[in-house]
Amino acid sequence: MPSFDYAAPTSLAEAVKLMGSSGTVRAFAGGTDLIDQLKTNRRNADLVIDLKRIPELQKLEMGSDGLHIGAARSCSDVHHDATVNRLYGGLADATGLVGSVQIQNRAAVGGNVCNAAPSGDTTPNLLTHEAVAVITGPSGTRKIELADFFVGPGQTVLQSGEILQELILPKPPESSASAYLRFIPRNEMDIAVAGVSSFIHVDPATKTVRKARIALASVAPTPVRARGAESVLEGKVITEALIASAGDAAVESATPITDVRGSAEYRRELVRVLTRRTLSICLERIGISL
Amino acid sequence: MPTKHIKFTVNGVEQEQLVDSTWTLLETLRDKMGLTGTKEGCSNGNCGACTVMLDGKTACSCLVLAPEADGRVVTTVEGLETGGKLSAIQDAFVKEGGLQCGFCTPGFLISTTFLLKNNPHPSEDEIRLNLAGNLCRCTGYDKIVKAVERAANG
Repeated sequence: MPSFDYAAPTSLAEAVKLMGSSGTVRAFAGGTDLIDQLKTNRRNADLVIDLKRIPELQKLEMGSDGLHIGAARSCSDVHHDATVNRLYGGLADATGLVGSVQIQNRAAVGGNVCNAAPSGDTTPNLLTHEAVAVITGPSGTRKIELADFFVGPGQTVLQSGEILQELILPKPPESSASAYLRFIPRNEMDIAVAGVSSFIHVDPATKTVRKARIALASVAPTPVRARGAESVLEGKVITEALIASAGDAAVESATPITDVRGSAEYRRELVRVLTRRTLSICLERIGISL
Repeated sequence: MPTKHIKFTVNGVEQEQLVDSTWTLLETLRDKMGLTGTKEGCSNGNCGACTVMLDGKTACSCLVLAPEADGRVVTTVEGLETGGKLSAIQDAFVKEGGLQCGFCTPGFLISTTFLLKNNPHPSEDEIRLNLAGNLCRCTGYDKIVKAVERAANG
């Protein structure tokens, strides 16, 4: 590997100071993306900063404003967390799909977000839960909607010297659920040809959809919300036909490319099918049968 | 080359090493410490041949920087036996013939040790899912799965 220095700060203040060092500085959590990128010269660094020893970045707790997930907290910790499994089902789905068990033990949800791959498995669900990104840098802390975090493949709004501190996922209402599915040619260990996360909040008495959020992976330069599909659902009584229409509408938000993993046409079809399936899983999780 | 002085526990023994910042844990274990049981396969986190336990959880040691191991506890395949006696999992792999060339075996043994610690009696599906991060090009996996079942159920 090309030469670089290593630092493992134990406080946020120390990390921010180190982020201001000269040369190319890269922060990492699990390292499962960055170390491979450094080995293959896809990214360079003069200094890498290991964020895992900073307590704020290891948080995983429910606060009054929702679930706080420290940016360095591992996918496996999130995957096995009881609160995540009870309230954020789609996030439990997604964190159990990232790479292998070995990768999940190291890879962090925050790292998956900052790597900003259009195919990142955890991002669509975070978007459907309307996650807020807490960013800390030399000029203090700022919060932005995660939906505004991504600029392009591998590119985020993080400015020089800034790190993602944590994600906050508002507490979902009763009678709501989320789900994430992706399609890969084998059963495990691959990058999504397409991925869809759905979240719905349904009135249990009338079966009216109060709120719907749908987000897509691997079908645009960044993870995207399928806003058209959301409006198809909201305010309507949920039926099989409505779910099918939402699947059709979700395709309109996909702008996929054809590459080695699949054709654009195939990806659009996957979005249609995965949207329907994730919505059905949400209903099952809420306990509503059609 | 920036170097770091690290102290860590490897297979129950406290160790001190001077490592380059860019070294992986895999390189440190194999090239610096002579623990060549841990293998280098793909070197990018796909094959699992380099799997070790880091603070009790499996990790691909090719994707861990050596300085990250400072203060941590590492278990490699050399640490699975006790006083020259194979662990029950190692013994089951031998009895079931859960290996051919043996290159992937250290990684499978570590992953299986982690699996059975968390889930002492996994189903076949759970075994296959939890070992998906370890590739074997010889066995076709069936004998490995049988070995894990034998280790779990006797």
